Amino acid sequence: MSTQASAWRPRVHRIWTLVRKETRQVVRDPSSIAIGVVLPVILILLFGFGLSLDVKNVPVAVVVEDSSPQARELVAGLQLSAYFQPHFVATTREAEDLMLARRVDGVVRVPENFAHDMALGKGGVQLLVHGSDANRARIIEGYVQGAISAWTLRQAAEGASTGAAVGGMVNIQNRLWFNEANDSHYFLVPGLIVLVMTLIGAFLTAMVVAREWERGTFEALFVTPVRSEEILLGKTIPYFGLALIGLVLCVLSARFLFHVPLRGSLIVLLIVSMFYILVALGIGLLISSAVKNQLVASQLTMLATFMPAFMLSGFLFDLRSMPVAIRVITYLLPARYYVALLQTIFLAGNIWSVIVPNAVVLIGMIGLLSLASRAVTNKRLA
Amino acid sequence: MKSLLRILALTRKELLAVLKDRRARFSLIIPPMMQTLIFGYAASYDLNHVPYAVLDQDRSAASRELIAGLDGSGLFERVGELRRESELNSFIDSRRALIVIQIGSDFERHLQAGQSADVQVIADGRNSNTAATAMSYVGEVVRRFNDSWRADHGLAPPSVNVEVRAWYNPNLETRWNMIPGMIGTLTMMQTLLLTAMSVAREREQGTFDQLLVTPFRPAEIMVGKALPAMMIGLTQATGVLLVAQLWFRIPFAGSFVTLYSGLILFVLAAVGIGLMLSSVAATMQQAMLFGFIIIMPFSLLSGLTTPLTNMPAALQALTAVNPLRYAIDIAQRVYLEGSTLASLTQDLFPLALIAAVTLTVASWLFRYRLQ
Repeated sequence: MSTQASAWRPRVHRIWTLVRKETRQVVRDPSSIAIGVVLPVILILLFGFGLSLDVKNVPVAVVVEDSSPQARELVAGLQLSAYFQPHFVATTREAEDLMLARRVDGVVRVPENFAHDMALGKGGVQLLVHGSDANRARIIEGYVQGAISAWTLRQAAEGASTGAAVGGMVNIQNRLWFNEANDSHYFLVPGLIVLVMTLIGAFLTAMVVAREWERGTFEALFVTPVRSEEILLGKTIPYFGLALIGLVLCVLSARFLFHVPLRGSLIVLLIVSMFYILVALGIGLLISSAVKNQLVASQLTMLATFMPAFMLSGFLFDLRSMPVAIRVITYLLPARYYVALLQTIFLAGNIWSVIVPNAVVLIGMIGLLSLASRAVTNKRLA
Repeated sequence: MKSLLRILALTRKELLAVLKDRRARFSLIIPPMMQTLIFGYAASYDLNHVPYAVLDQDRSAASRELIAGLDGSGLFERVGELRRESELNSFIDSRRALIVIQIGSDFERHLQAGQSADVQVIADGRNSNTAATAMSYVGEVVRRFNDSWRADHGLAPPSVNVEVRAWYNPNLETRWNMIPGMIGTLTMMQTLLLTAMSVAREREQGTFDQLLVTPFRPAEIMVGKALPAMMIGLTQATGVLLVAQLWFRIPFAGSFVTLYSGLILFVLAAVGIGLMLSSVAATMQQAMLFGFIIIMPFSLLSGLTTPLTNMPAALQALTAVNPLRYAIDIAQRVYLEGSTLASLTQDLFPLALIAAVTLTVASWLFRYRLQ
C-alpha cells in the first residue's frame, strides 16, 4: 500500500506542476483565450442569428382570375396562414416577373372558371415554385397543399350539411413533437454548439502543441523525468478548462438568447459535453503530435473536424437517407454522437435509450484517442 | 515586357514552391474531389428512408390500403406496428421512428359514410426540417389515397387539385442546388489559406527581404503571388466540376464560358482577401488564424445550406462582402437556369469590386510594409 502511494505521489505532483505551468502559459497567451472563449461566443452569435431554415411569411404572388366567392375564400385561407405573405397581382406575367426577380418564392394561380370547374369536380389551382432552393420549395408546396386541402374539407363539411355530400376524404393532422412552434433554431443551435466545440477543442490542442513541437520546447520537456502520458495530461487539463468555459457560454446563449428549451437535465448535458470536449482535444493532440507542424496540423484539423461536423453529423442532413458507404463514414465521426445527444437533451429530455449508447461511444473514443496519442508521443521520445 | 518576364519567373517559383512536394500536390487536388463525392451524397435535404411506425386502430381494408400506399412509395420503411397509444412515446423518443401514423378506429366507417376521416401524423421534431419534409411526403401519399378511394367508390375526384410546377428543378432535388454550390465552397478554403500564408511564410523565413533586393516592384510581387494561387484555385474548381458532371451528372443548362468567367472573378476575390490578410499578418500563425476565422463565417453564411433571406437585415448586409455568396449564386444559376453573363451582373460586379478593393489594399500594404 505504502509503496503504491509513494509511487503515485511524485506522479501527481509532476502532473500538477505541469498543469500549473500550462495554465500560466494559457492565461498569459491571449491567442488561446481568444480561441477558447471569445471565438465560441462570436461563432454562436453569428451562426445562431445567421442560420435559419424557417419557412414562415413566405412571399407568394397570388393571381386570382376567377371572381367567384369560392375563389376569394380559398385565397383568404392562404392570407390567414402564418406561413404566407400574399402579394396580389393581376396577371400571371406579373407574378412570373416577381418570381424571376426572386421577390416571391412561389406563385399561386386560381384560374378563371375555378368555381365552375369545382362544381364539376375538376377544379384546379396552379402552384409555381422556384427550384433554386429545393428544400424551401418542397416545404412551401407542402404548406400550400395543406392549406388547400383544409379549405376543401371545410367546403365538403358545409356541403354535407346542405345535403350535397362530397366527403369521404382523409384529413391529416400533423403534430410536431419536441418543437411545437416549428422553430428551426431549436435544432440548429444545439447543432451549432457541436460545430463550435469540435472546432475549438481540436484547434486549441492542435495549434498549441504543434507550436511547441516547432519551437522545440516539447523536446525540452522530455529530458525532465516526466512521462509522456503525464505531459499529455498536463496539456489537456488547462485546455479542458478553457473549452468548458466556452461550452458554458454557448449553452447560456442557446437557452437565453435563442430561447431553445432545455428539457433534459443540465448535469447530464454538461457531463456528455465534457466527454465530447475530451474527444475533440484528443483529436487535436493526436494530429499535432503526428505532424508536429502548425500549418499542416491546422489544415488537417479543419479538414478532419469542421466540414465533417457540418455535413456528416446529422446536424442539418438526415443520416438515415445517406447511402450506406457514407453512413459508415458517419459512424467514425464523434460529432454524430454528440449531435444526437444534444438534440435529445435539449429538446426531448433525459431519454436514456439515446443518451447511454451515444455517451458510451464517446467514452470509447476518449480511450482510443489517449492510447493513440501516447503511442505517437512515445515514438518521438525514442 | 520585362515586367511580364519577371512576373512569369515569380509565378514559376511560387508554383514550384507549392507543388515540389508530392504530398502537397496530392493534398491540393484529391481532398476537394473526395469531399465533393462524400458531401455530394450527404448534403441533401431529400429523404429516401423514413422509418415509420403505425398505430392502426381500425384494421380495416381502407387503413391497410393507406399503409400500403406508404410502403409502396419507396420512401418509407415500416419499423413497427403499435398496439397501444402508450407505445408511441418509446418509438419516437428512442429515434426508432421518425414518424408515427395513427389511424383511428372509425377510419373506414367515416370514409364509407362520406365524412372526413382523421389520420394523425406524429413526427420527431428534433430536426424540424427533416420532420416537415417527411410530413409533406405523407401528405402526398394521402392525396393519392384520396384520389383512388373516391374513384373506387364512385365519388367525384377531390374538388380542388393542386398542379405543382417547379422552375429549373422539376423534381425539387436538393442535390441539384448543393453540388453546384460546392464548387466555390470547396475551392475557397485552400485558395484563401494558400495566399494568406504565402507572404507571411516568406516574411518569417526571411526570404521576403531577398525578394526586396531584386528588381521586382511591389505590384509585380503581388501579381506573381496572385497568379499561381488563382491557377491552383481554378484547377481545384475544375476537379469539383468534373465530379459534378461525370459522377453526379447534374444537368448543366448554361455555358462553361460563363461559369468560368464567374469562377475567375471569384478566385481573384478570394486571392485578394488572402493577400490582404497576408500583408496584415506578422507571422504565419496569425495569417492562418485570420484565414480560418474568416473562412468559417464565409462558408456557413453563404446561402448554401440555409437561405440568405432568412438572416436578419444586418447580417444580410454583412454577407455582401462574402465572395462565396456570389460564387454559389453564379454556379447554381448557370447550372439550373442557364443564366448568361449579362443576367449575372448582380453577382459579377460585387466580385470584381471585392477583388479590386482587396488587391489595391494588399498592394498598398505591401509597399507600406516594405518601407
